[in-house]
Amino acid sequence: MNAPNRFLPKVIALAVTGFARLVTGVRPEWRGCEPAPRRRVYFANHASHGDFVLIWTVLPAALRARTRPVAAGDYWGGDGLRGYIGRAVFNAALIDRTPEPGQQHPIDYLRGVLAEGSSLIFFPEGTRNTTDAVLLPFKSGLFRLAEGDSETEFVPVWIDNLSRVMPKGQFLPIPLLCSVTFGAPMHHEPGEEKTAFLNRAREALLALKPKGPAA
Amino acid sequence: MNTPAEVLMLFGGILAVLVVATTIGQVLARRVGPEPSPTIENLNQRILAWWVMVGLIGLAFLFGKTGVILLFAFTSFAALREFLTLTPTRLGDHWALLAAFLVVLPVQYYLIWIEWYGLYSIFIPVYAFLLLPIIAAVSGDTTRFLERVAFVQWGLMITVFCVSHVPAFLTLDIPGHAGKQVLLVAFLVIVVQGSDVLQYVFGKLFGRHKVAPSLSPSKTWEGLIGGVASASLVGAGLWWITPFSPFQAGIIALIVCLMGFFGGLVMSAIKRDRGVKDWGRMIEGHGGMLDRLDSVIFAAPIMFHITRYWFSA
Repeated sequence: MNAPNRFLPKVIALAVTGFARLVTGVRPEWRGCEPAPRRRVYFANHASHGDFVLIWTVLPAALRARTRPVAAGDYWGGDGLRGYIGRAVFNAALIDRTPEPGQQHPIDYLRGVLAEGSSLIFFPEGTRNTTDAVLLPFKSGLFRLAEGDSETEFVPVWIDNLSRVMPKGQFLPIPLLCSVTFGAPMHHEPGEEKTAFLNRAREALLALKPKGPAA
Repeated sequence: MNTPAEVLMLFGGILAVLVVATTIGQVLARRVGPEPSPTIENLNQRILAWWVMVGLIGLAFLFGKTGVILLFAFTSFAALREFLTLTPTRLGDHWALLAAFLVVLPVQYYLIWIEWYGLYSIFIPVYAFLLLPIIAAVSGDTTRFLERVAFVQWGLMITVFCVSHVPAFLTLDIPGHAGKQVLLVAFLVIVVQGSDVLQYVFGKLFGRHKVAPSLSPSKTWEGLIGGVASASLVGAGLWWITPFSPFQAGIIALIVCLMGFFGGLVMSAIKRDRGVKDWGRMIEGHGGMLDRLDSVIFAAPIMFHITRYWFSA
Protein backbone atom coordinates (compact mmCIF):
# COMPACT_ATOMS: atom_id res chain seq x y z
CA MET A 1 0.00 0.00 0.00
CA ASN A 2 1.47 3.33 -0.99
CA ALA A 3 -0.54 5.66 1.21
CA PRO A 4 1.25 9.03 1.39
CA ASN A 5 0.65 9.39 5.10
CA ARG A 6 1.26 6.37 7.36
CA PHE A 7 0.94 8.36 10.56
CA LEU A 8 -2.78 9.14 10.52
CA PRO A 9 -3.89 5.52 9.89
CA LYS A 10 -1.73 4.40 12.84
CA VAL A 11 -3.32 6.97 15.14
CA ILE A 12 -6.80 5.97 13.99
CA ALA A 13 -5.94 2.29 14.45
CA LEU A 14 -4.73 2.98 18.00
CA ALA A 15 -7.91 4.94 18.77
CA VAL A 16 -10.14 2.20 17.34
CA THR A 17 -8.45 -0.68 19.20
CA GLY A 18 -8.22 1.41 22.40
CA PHE A 19 -11.92 2.20 22.24
CA ALA A 20 -12.77 -1.45 21.52
CA ARG A 21 -10.76 -2.54 24.56
CA LEU A 22 -12.33 0.12 26.80
CA VAL A 23 -15.87 -0.87 25.85
CA THR A 24 -15.48 -4.65 25.71
CA GLY A 25 -12.40 -5.43 27.83
CA VAL A 26 -11.76 -7.99 25.09
CA ARG A 27 -9.18 -10.74 25.65
CA PRO A 28 -8.27 -13.34 23.04
CA GLU A 29 -8.36 -17.01 23.94
CA TRP A 30 -6.09 -19.02 21.62
CA ARG A 31 -7.64 -22.40 22.36
CA GLY A 32 -6.87 -24.39 19.22
CA CYS A 33 -3.81 -22.60 17.84
CA GLU A 34 -1.18 -19.98 18.58
CA PRO A 35 -1.05 -16.52 17.04
CA ALA A 36 1.42 -17.46 14.30
CA PRO A 37 2.35 -15.63 11.09
CA ARG A 38 0.85 -18.29 8.81
CA ARG A 39 -1.60 -17.64 6.01
CA ARG A 40 -5.02 -18.01 7.55
CA VAL A 41 -8.68 -17.42 6.99
CA TYR A 42 -10.26 -16.51 10.35
CA PHE A 43 -13.93 -17.39 9.88
CA ALA A 44 -16.26 -16.02 12.54
CA ASN A 45 -19.88 -15.63 13.56
CA HIS A 46 -21.32 -12.28 12.52
CA ALA A 47 -23.90 -10.47 14.65
CA SER A 48 -22.57 -6.92 14.84
CA HIS A 49 -20.92 -4.29 12.68
CA GLY A 50 -18.01 -4.32 15.13
CA ASP A 51 -17.13 -8.00 14.66
CA PHE A 52 -14.06 -7.65 12.46
CA VAL A 53 -12.82 -4.71 14.56
CA LEU A 54 -12.83 -6.98 17.61
CA ILE A 55 -10.84 -9.76 15.89
CA TRP A 56 -8.52 -7.16 14.46
CA THR A 57 -8.02 -5.69 17.98
CA VAL A 58 -6.96 -8.95 19.60
CA LEU A 59 -4.51 -9.98 16.86
CA PRO A 60 -0.87 -9.14 17.70
CA ALA A 61 0.27 -6.06 15.73
CA ALA A 62 2.55 -8.05 13.41
CA LEU A 63 -0.32 -10.36 12.42
CA ARG A 64 -2.80 -7.52 12.21
CA ALA A 65 -0.72 -5.78 9.55
CA ARG A 66 -1.12 -8.74 7.21
CA THR A 67 -4.72 -9.69 8.04
CA ARG A 68 -7.41 -8.13 5.85
CA PRO A 69 -11.09 -8.15 6.83
CA VAL A 70 -13.45 -9.08 4.00
CA ALA A 71 -16.02 -6.29 3.91
CA ALA A 72 -18.88 -5.15 1.73
CA GLY A 73 -17.78 -2.56 -0.80
CA ASP A 74 -21.08 -0.69 -0.65
CA TYR A 75 -20.56 -0.07 3.10
CA TRP A 76 -16.78 0.18 3.60
CA GLY A 77 -15.88 1.48 0.13
CA GLY A 78 -16.58 4.91 -1.27
CA ASP A 79 -14.82 8.23 -0.84
CA GLY A 80 -16.14 9.25 2.58
CA LEU A 81 -14.54 8.87 5.99
CA ARG A 82 -15.74 5.27 6.28
CA GLY A 83 -14.16 4.49 2.92
CA TYR A 84 -10.89 6.07 4.04
CA ILE A 85 -10.83 4.07 7.29
CA GLY A 86 -11.79 0.89 5.44
CA ARG A 87 -8.89 1.28 3.00
CA ALA A 88 -6.14 3.03 4.98
CA VAL A 89 -6.69 1.64 8.49
CA PHE A 90 -8.22 -1.80 8.11
CA ASN A 91 -6.90 -2.45 4.60
CA ALA A 92 -10.20 -4.20 3.98
CA ALA A 93 -10.59 -6.62 1.09
CA LEU A 94 -13.70 -5.06 -0.43
CA ILE A 95 -16.12 -7.29 -2.27
CA ASP A 96 -19.21 -6.53 -4.27
CA ARG A 97 -22.17 -8.26 -2.68
CA THR A 98 -24.09 -8.26 -5.98
CA PRO A 99 -21.48 -8.83 -8.70
CA GLU A 100 -22.65 -8.04 -12.19
CA PRO A 101 -22.13 -10.58 -14.97
CA GLY A 102 -18.68 -10.33 -16.44
CA GLN A 103 -17.12 -8.90 -13.27
CA GLN A 104 -14.49 -10.85 -11.39
CA HIS A 105 -16.19 -13.14 -8.89
CA PRO A 106 -15.60 -12.05 -5.24
CA ILE A 107 -14.20 -15.48 -4.35
CA ASP A 108 -11.64 -15.31 -7.16
CA TYR A 109 -10.62 -11.89 -5.90
CA LEU A 110 -10.22 -13.22 -2.33
CA ARG A 111 -8.17 -16.17 -3.57
CA GLY A 112 -5.92 -13.62 -5.21
CA VAL A 113 -5.55 -11.73 -1.92
CA LEU A 114 -4.59 -14.98 -0.17
CA ALA A 115 -2.10 -15.75 -2.93
CA GLU A 116 -0.38 -12.42 -2.19
CA GLY A 117 0.31 -13.77 1.33
CA SER A 118 -2.38 -11.92 3.28
CA SER A 119 -4.68 -13.56 5.82
CA LEU A 120 -8.42 -12.87 5.81
CA ILE A 121 -11.21 -12.27 8.32
CA PHE A 122 -14.29 -13.86 6.77
CA PHE A 123 -17.92 -14.20 7.84
CA PRO A 124 -19.29 -17.41 6.33
CA GLU A 125 -22.91 -16.51 7.12
CA GLY A 126 -22.59 -13.88 4.41
CA THR A 127 -24.64 -11.32 6.30
CA ARG A 128 -25.17 -10.03 9.81
CA ASN A 129 -27.21 -12.38 11.98
CA THR A 130 -29.98 -10.27 13.54
CA THR A 131 -32.19 -13.26 14.34
CA ASP A 132 -32.45 -15.32 17.54
CA ALA A 133 -30.70 -18.26 15.84
CA VAL A 134 -27.15 -18.91 17.08
CA LEU A 135 -25.79 -19.06 13.53
CA LEU A 136 -27.34 -18.55 10.11
CA PRO A 137 -26.73 -21.27 7.49
CA PHE A 138 -23.29 -20.83 5.92
CA LYS A 139 -23.13 -19.58 2.34
CA SER A 140 -21.00 -21.54 -0.10
CA GLY A 141 -18.20 -18.92 -0.04
CA LEU A 142 -16.18 -20.59 2.69
CA PHE A 143 -16.21 -23.87 0.80
CA ARG A 144 -15.16 -22.21 -2.43
CA LEU A 145 -12.27 -20.50 -0.65
CA ALA A 146 -11.11 -23.69 1.01
CA GLU A 147 -11.59 -26.11 -1.88
CA GLY A 148 -8.25 -27.39 -3.08
CA ASP A 149 -6.25 -25.02 -0.87
CA SER A 150 -4.17 -27.21 1.45
CA GLU A 151 -1.81 -24.44 2.58
CA THR A 152 -4.17 -21.86 4.06
CA GLU A 153 -5.31 -22.62 7.61
CA PHE A 154 -9.04 -22.11 8.20
CA VAL A 155 -9.39 -21.00 11.84
CA PRO A 156 -12.85 -20.84 13.46
CA VAL A 157 -13.31 -17.76 15.68
CA TRP A 158 -16.22 -17.31 18.06
CA ILE A 159 -17.03 -13.70 18.99
CA ASP A 160 -19.13 -13.64 22.14
CA ASN A 161 -21.46 -10.95 23.46
CA LEU A 162 -20.69 -8.17 20.97
CA SER A 163 -24.28 -8.14 19.72
CA ARG A 164 -25.36 -7.08 23.23
CA VAL A 165 -22.77 -4.29 23.22
CA MET A 166 -24.00 -2.92 19.91
CA PRO A 167 -27.60 -4.07 19.42
CA LYS A 168 -29.34 -3.71 16.09
CA GLY A 169 -30.24 -0.12 15.27
CA GLN A 170 -28.29 1.50 18.12
CA PHE A 171 -25.14 3.49 17.52
CA LEU A 172 -23.91 4.04 21.10
CA PRO A 173 -22.29 0.87 22.50
CA ILE A 174 -22.90 -0.34 26.06
CA PRO A 175 -19.72 -1.44 27.87
CA LEU A 176 -19.97 -5.20 28.42
CA LEU A 177 -17.24 -7.85 28.41
CA CYS A 178 -16.67 -9.69 25.14
CA SER A 179 -14.44 -12.64 24.30
CA VAL A 180 -12.83 -13.86 21.10
CA THR A 181 -11.99 -17.58 20.99
CA PHE A 182 -9.74 -19.08 18.31
CA GLY A 183 -10.22 -22.76 17.53
CA ALA A 184 -8.05 -25.38 15.84
CA PRO A 185 -7.17 -24.79 12.17
CA MET A 186 -8.98 -26.95 9.65
CA HIS A 187 -8.61 -27.75 5.93
CA HIS A 188 -10.80 -28.96 3.16
CA GLU A 189 -10.21 -32.72 2.81
CA PRO A 190 -9.66 -33.94 -0.76
CA GLY A 191 -12.98 -35.02 -2.20
CA GLU A 192 -15.03 -33.63 0.68
CA GLU A 193 -18.52 -32.54 -0.39
CA LYS A 194 -19.60 -28.94 0.06
CA THR A 195 -22.32 -29.72 2.63
CA ALA A 196 -19.99 -31.97 4.63
CA PHE A 197 -17.27 -29.34 4.76
CA LEU A 198 -19.64 -26.51 5.70
CA ASN A 199 -21.22 -28.67 8.42
CA ARG A 200 -17.80 -29.50 9.82
CA ALA A 201 -16.84 -25.79 9.84
CA ARG A 202 -20.12 -24.88 11.49
CA GLU A 203 -19.68 -27.49 14.23
CA ALA A 204 -16.09 -26.33 14.84
CA LEU A 205 -17.31 -22.75 15.25
CA LEU A 206 -20.23 -23.65 17.53
CA ALA A 207 -17.94 -25.74 19.74
CA LEU A 208 -16.12 -22.52 20.71
CA LYS A 209 -19.22 -20.76 22.03
CA PRO A 210 -18.87 -20.24 25.80
CA LYS A 211 -21.45 -21.97 27.98
CA GLY A 212 -22.12 -18.62 29.60
CA PRO A 213 -24.54 -17.67 32.38
CA ALA A 214 -27.92 -19.34 32.46
CA ALA A 215 -29.83 -16.27 31.37
CA MET B 1 -0.54 17.38 47.89
CA ASN B 2 1.93 17.22 50.75
CA THR B 3 2.55 13.55 51.23
CA PRO B 4 2.27 12.79 54.96
CA ALA B 5 5.29 10.95 56.36
CA GLU B 6 2.96 8.10 57.32
CA VAL B 7 2.21 7.39 53.63
CA LEU B 8 5.89 6.87 52.87
CA MET B 9 6.37 4.58 55.89
CA LEU B 10 3.26 2.65 54.92
CA PHE B 11 4.37 2.12 51.34
CA GLY B 12 7.84 1.17 52.57
CA GLY B 13 6.22 -1.51 54.73
CA ILE B 14 3.98 -2.76 51.91
CA LEU B 15 6.90 -2.97 49.50
CA ALA B 16 8.82 -4.99 52.09
CA VAL B 17 5.87 -7.40 52.40
CA LEU B 18 5.68 -7.73 48.61
CA VAL B 19 9.42 -8.41 48.35
CA VAL B 20 9.12 -11.15 50.99
CA ALA B 21 6.05 -12.62 49.26
CA THR B 22 7.77 -12.56 45.87
CA THR B 23 10.84 -14.27 47.31
CA ILE B 24 8.73 -16.99 48.94
CA GLY B 25 6.79 -17.47 45.70
CA GLN B 26 9.98 -17.85 43.64
CA VAL B 27 11.58 -20.23 46.16
CA LEU B 28 8.43 -22.40 46.15
CA ALA B 29 8.41 -22.39 42.33
CA ARG B 30 12.08 -23.52 42.27
CA ARG B 31 11.46 -26.21 44.85
CA VAL B 32 8.67 -27.94 42.89
CA GLY B 33 11.12 -28.25 40.02
CA PRO B 34 10.33 -28.43 36.31
CA GLU B 35 6.80 -29.78 36.79
CA PRO B 36 4.79 -26.60 37.39
CA SER B 37 2.17 -26.69 40.14
CA PRO B 38 -1.05 -24.78 39.33
CA THR B 39 -1.41 -23.56 42.92
CA ILE B 40 2.07 -22.04 43.01
CA GLU B 41 1.72 -20.63 39.51
CA ASN B 42 -1.53 -18.96 40.58
CA LEU B 43 0.15 -17.71 43.78
CA ASN B 44 2.91 -16.05 41.77
CA GLN B 45 0.41 -14.56 39.32
CA ARG B 46 -1.47 -13.11 42.29
CA ILE B 47 1.70 -11.64 43.80
CA LEU B 48 2.63 -10.07 40.45
CA ALA B 49 -0.86 -8.57 40.19
CA TRP B 50 -0.42 -7.14 43.71
CA TRP B 51 2.69 -5.27 42.56
CA VAL B 52 0.62 -3.69 39.80
CA MET B 53 -2.29 -2.85 42.11
CA VAL B 54 -0.04 -1.36 44.80
CA GLY B 55 1.73 0.64 42.08
CA LEU B 56 -1.57 2.00 40.77
CA ILE B 57 -2.78 2.97 44.25
CA GLY B 58 0.57 4.62 45.00
CA LEU B 59 0.34 6.58 41.76
CA ALA B 60 -3.22 7.68 42.62
CA PHE B 61 -2.05 8.81 46.10
CA LEU B 62 0.63 10.98 44.47
CA PHE B 63 -2.12 12.91 42.68
CA GLY B 64 -4.18 13.29 45.88
CA LYS B 65 -7.97 13.56 45.75
CA THR B 66 -8.09 13.78 41.94
CA GLY B 67 -5.97 10.65 41.58
CA VAL B 68 -7.95 8.59 44.10
CA ILE B 69 -11.32 9.65 42.63
CA LEU B 70 -10.18 8.85 39.07
CA LEU B 71 -8.78 5.46 40.13
CA PHE B 72 -12.00 4.41 41.84
CA ALA B 73 -14.20 5.86 39.08
CA PHE B 74 -12.34 3.60 36.65
CA THR B 75 -12.63 0.72 39.13
CA SER B 76 -16.41 1.27 39.24
CA PHE B 77 -16.54 1.34 35.45
CA ALA B 78 -14.72 -2.00 35.15
CA ALA B 79 -16.84 -3.53 37.94
CA LEU B 80 -20.14 -2.35 36.45
CA ARG B 81 -19.07 -3.69 33.06
CA GLU B 82 -18.43 -7.10 34.64
CA PHE B 83 -21.66 -7.05 36.63
CA LEU B 84 -23.91 -6.16 33.69
CA THR B 85 -22.19 -8.73 31.45
CA LEU B 86 -23.74 -11.44 33.64
CA THR B 87 -27.22 -9.95 33.74
CA PRO B 88 -30.01 -10.84 31.30
CA THR B 89 -30.51 -7.34 29.89
CA ARG B 90 -32.52 -6.85 26.72
CA LEU B 91 -32.68 -4.36 23.87
CA GLY B 92 -35.26 -2.36 25.85
CA ASP B 93 -32.62 -1.65 28.52
CA HIS B 94 -30.29 0.08 26.10
CA TRP B 95 -30.98 3.65 27.21
CA ALA B 96 -31.16 2.78 30.90
CA LEU B 97 -27.76 1.02 30.63
CA LEU B 98 -26.23 3.92 28.72
CA ALA B 99 -27.54 6.27 31.42
CA ALA B 100 -25.96 4.07 34.11
CA PHE B 101 -22.53 4.32 32.46
CA LEU B 102 -22.63 7.83 30.98
CA VAL B 103 -24.67 9.70 33.60
CA VAL B 104 -25.02 7.92 36.93
CA LEU B 105 -21.37 6.83 37.31
CA PRO B 106 -19.74 10.18 36.38
CA VAL B 107 -22.29 12.20 38.39
CA GLN B 108 -21.74 10.08 41.52
CA TYR B 109 -17.97 10.67 41.39
CA TYR B 110 -18.45 14.35 40.54
CA LEU B 111 -20.61 14.73 43.65
CA ILE B 112 -17.82 13.18 45.70
CA TRP B 113 -15.35 15.49 44.02
CA ILE B 114 -17.38 18.57 45.07
CA GLU B 115 -17.90 16.92 48.50
CA TRP B 116 -21.71 17.18 48.45
CA TYR B 117 -22.46 14.51 51.07
CA GLY B 118 -26.20 15.29 51.14
CA LEU B 119 -26.56 14.34 47.48
CA TYR B 120 -23.93 11.65 46.87
CA SER B 121 -25.31 9.55 49.72
CA ILE B 122 -28.81 9.46 48.16
CA PHE B 123 -28.18 9.98 44.45
CA ILE B 124 -28.20 6.28 43.47
CA PRO B 125 -30.52 4.95 46.23
CA VAL B 126 -33.17 7.60 45.42
CA TYR B 127 -32.74 9.29 42.04
CA ALA B 128 -31.24 6.46 39.98
CA PHE B 129 -33.61 4.04 41.73
CA LEU B 130 -36.64 5.99 40.48
CA LEU B 131 -35.44 7.32 37.13
CA LEU B 132 -33.85 4.22 35.53
CA PRO B 133 -37.03 2.08 35.74
CA ILE B 134 -38.89 4.99 34.14
CA ILE B 135 -36.48 4.92 31.19
CA ALA B 136 -36.86 1.15 30.92
CA ALA B 137 -40.67 1.35 31.11
CA VAL B 138 -40.89 4.07 28.46
CA SER B 139 -39.02 1.79 26.04
CA GLY B 140 -42.03 -0.52 26.28
CA ASP B 141 -40.42 -3.96 26.76
CA THR B 142 -42.13 -5.69 29.70
CA THR B 143 -40.45 -9.10 29.46
CA ARG B 144 -38.89 -9.94 32.87
CA PHE B 145 -39.23 -6.25 33.67
CA LEU B 146 -38.80 -6.35 37.45
CA GLU B 147 -35.84 -8.71 37.19
CA ARG B 148 -34.02 -6.48 34.68
CA VAL B 149 -34.70 -3.27 36.61
CA ALA B 150 -33.55 -4.92 39.85
CA PHE B 151 -30.34 -6.14 38.22
CA VAL B 152 -29.39 -2.68 36.99
CA GLN B 153 -30.17 -1.04 40.35
CA TRP B 154 -28.27 -3.72 42.29
CA GLY B 155 -25.33 -3.40 39.94
CA LEU B 156 -25.18 0.35 40.44
CA MET B 157 -25.46 0.06 44.24
CA ILE B 158 -22.67 -2.51 44.40
CA THR B 159 -20.25 -1.27 41.78
CA VAL B 160 -20.76 2.51 41.89
CA PHE B 161 -22.43 3.56 45.14
CA CYS B 162 -20.48 1.28 47.49
CA VAL B 163 -17.16 1.61 45.66
CA SER B 164 -17.45 5.41 45.64
CA HIS B 165 -17.38 5.36 49.45
CA VAL B 166 -13.66 4.58 49.29
CA PRO B 167 -12.65 7.98 47.80
CA ALA B 168 -15.44 9.57 49.91
CA PHE B 169 -13.09 9.27 52.91
CA LEU B 170 -11.16 12.18 51.40
CA THR B 171 -14.16 14.45 51.91
CA LEU B 172 -14.35 13.88 55.69
CA ASP B 173 -13.37 16.72 57.98
CA ILE B 174 -11.72 15.01 60.95
CA PRO B 175 -10.31 17.25 63.74
CA GLY B 176 -6.57 16.71 64.15
CA HIS B 177 -6.41 14.58 60.99
CA ALA B 178 -6.59 17.27 58.28
CA GLY B 179 -4.75 16.39 55.07
CA LYS B 180 -4.36 12.77 56.18
CA GLN B 181 -7.73 11.36 55.04
CA VAL B 182 -5.96 9.39 52.34
CA LEU B 183 -4.54 7.25 55.17
CA LEU B 184 -8.08 6.07 55.97
CA VAL B 185 -8.30 4.75 52.40
CA ALA B 186 -4.97 3.00 52.99
CA PHE B 187 -6.22 1.59 56.33
CA LEU B 188 -9.40 0.21 54.71
CA VAL B 189 -7.63 -1.31 51.71
CA ILE B 190 -4.78 -2.82 53.76
CA VAL B 191 -7.10 -4.35 56.39
CA VAL B 192 -9.67 -5.73 53.92
CA GLN B 193 -7.20 -7.01 51.35
CA GLY B 194 -4.87 -8.16 54.12
CA SER B 195 -7.77 -10.14 55.56
CA ASP B 196 -8.41 -11.75 52.14
CA VAL B 197 -4.73 -12.64 51.75
CA LEU B 198 -4.39 -13.94 55.32
CA GLN B 199 -7.59 -15.99 54.99
CA TYR B 200 -6.10 -17.49 51.83
CA VAL B 201 -2.80 -18.22 53.59
CA PHE B 202 -4.40 -19.69 56.75
CA GLY B 203 -6.86 -21.61 54.60
CA LYS B 204 -4.11 -23.13 52.44
CA LEU B 205 -1.98 -24.02 55.48
CA PHE B 206 -4.59 -25.23 57.98
CA GLY B 207 -7.96 -25.27 56.23
CA ARG B 208 -10.07 -28.37 56.89
CA HIS B 209 -13.65 -27.42 57.72
CA LYS B 210 -15.61 -25.61 55.03
CA VAL B 211 -17.71 -22.60 56.08
CA ALA B 212 -20.16 -22.59 53.17
CA PRO B 213 -19.53 -25.58 50.90
CA SER B 214 -22.47 -24.73 48.65
CA LEU B 215 -21.12 -21.20 47.99
CA SER B 216 -17.36 -21.30 48.04
CA PRO B 217 -15.25 -24.45 48.32
CA SER B 218 -12.13 -22.45 49.25
CA LYS B 219 -13.49 -20.72 52.39
CA THR B 220 -12.70 -22.64 55.58
CA TRP B 221 -13.26 -21.94 59.28
CA GLU B 222 -9.52 -22.13 59.90
CA GLY B 223 -8.90 -19.56 57.15
CA LEU B 224 -11.72 -17.33 58.34
CA ILE B 225 -10.72 -17.25 62.02
CA GLY B 226 -6.98 -17.04 61.39
CA GLY B 227 -7.33 -14.44 58.66
CA VAL B 228 -9.84 -12.18 60.36
CA ALA B 229 -8.06 -12.33 63.75
CA SER B 230 -4.64 -11.55 62.29
CA ALA B 231 -5.96 -8.82 59.95
CA SER B 232 -7.78 -7.20 62.91
CA LEU B 233 -4.46 -7.20 64.79
CA VAL B 234 -2.83 -5.59 61.75
CA GLY B 235 -5.59 -2.96 61.86
CA ALA B 236 -5.03 -2.30 65.56
CA GLY B 237 -1.31 -2.00 64.86
CA LEU B 238 -2.03 0.65 62.24
CA TRP B 239 -3.87 2.95 64.71
CA TRP B 240 -1.12 5.57 64.25
CA ILE B 241 -2.25 6.36 60.71
CA THR B 242 -5.89 6.87 61.81
CA PRO B 243 -7.81 9.16 64.16
CA PHE B 244 -8.69 5.99 66.18
CA SER B 245 -7.16 4.65 69.41
CA PRO B 246 -5.47 1.21 69.10
CA PHE B 247 -8.54 -0.46 70.62
CA GLN B 248 -10.95 1.42 68.34
CA ALA B 249 -8.77 0.64 65.32
CA GLY B 250 -8.90 -3.07 66.21
CA ILE B 251 -12.70 -3.09 66.58
CA ILE B 252 -13.20 -1.19 63.31
CA ALA B 253 -10.77 -3.55 61.57
CA LEU B 254 -12.74 -6.54 62.91
CA ILE B 255 -16.03 -5.11 61.59
CA VAL B 256 -14.41 -4.34 58.25
CA CYS B 257 -12.96 -7.87 57.96
CA LEU B 258 -16.31 -9.51 58.80
CA MET B 259 -18.18 -7.32 56.30
CA GLY B 260 -15.51 -8.17 53.76
CA PHE B 261 -15.85 -11.90 54.40
CA PHE B 262 -19.65 -11.89 54.11
CA GLY B 263 -19.42 -9.60 51.07
CA GLY B 264 -17.30 -12.28 49.42
CA LEU B 265 -19.99 -14.87 50.25
CA VAL B 266 -22.77 -12.73 48.76
CA MET B 267 -20.82 -12.13 45.56
CA SER B 268 -20.04 -15.88 45.36
CA ALA B 269 -23.76 -16.60 45.63
CA ILE B 270 -24.41 -14.33 42.64
CA LYS B 271 -21.65 -16.01 40.63
CA ARG B 272 -23.10 -19.44 41.47
CA ASP B 273 -26.53 -18.29 40.40
CA ARG B 274 -25.18 -16.96 37.09
CA GLY B 275 -23.15 -20.15 36.54
CA VAL B 276 -19.65 -18.66 36.43
CA LYS B 277 -16.52 -19.13 38.51
CA ASP B 278 -15.03 -15.64 38.11
CA TRP B 279 -16.49 -12.23 37.25
CA GLY B 280 -13.92 -11.64 34.53
CA ARG B 281 -10.28 -12.04 33.57
CA MET B 282 -9.01 -8.51 34.11
CA ILE B 283 -6.55 -9.22 36.94
CA GLU B 284 -4.21 -12.13 36.20
CA GLY B 285 -4.53 -14.88 38.83
CA HIS B 286 -7.38 -13.17 40.70
CA GLY B 287 -10.17 -13.17 38.10
CA GLY B 288 -12.13 -10.00 37.42
CA MET B 289 -12.21 -6.64 39.14
CA LEU B 290 -15.20 -7.75 41.24
CA ASP B 291 -13.38 -10.89 42.40
CA ARG B 292 -10.71 -8.69 43.97
CA LEU B 293 -13.08 -5.97 45.13
CA ASP B 294 -16.04 -7.86 46.63
CA SER B 295 -14.86 -7.51 50.22
CA VAL B 296 -13.96 -3.80 49.86
CA ILE B 297 -17.43 -3.14 48.44
CA PHE B 298 -19.18 -4.43 51.55
CA ALA B 299 -16.73 -2.91 54.02
CA ALA B 300 -16.29 0.62 52.63
CA PRO B 301 -19.72 2.20 53.29
CA ILE B 302 -19.86 0.76 56.84
CA MET B 303 -16.41 2.00 57.81
CA PHE B 304 -17.19 5.33 56.13
CA HIS B 305 -20.29 5.90 58.24
CA ILE B 306 -18.64 4.73 61.46
CA THR B 307 -15.83 7.20 60.87
CA ARG B 308 -18.15 10.00 59.78
CA TYR B 309 -20.57 9.56 62.70
CA TRP B 310 -18.07 9.21 65.52
CA PHE B 311 -14.90 10.94 64.36
CA SER B 312 -15.68 13.72 61.88
CA ALA B 313 -16.53 17.29 62.80
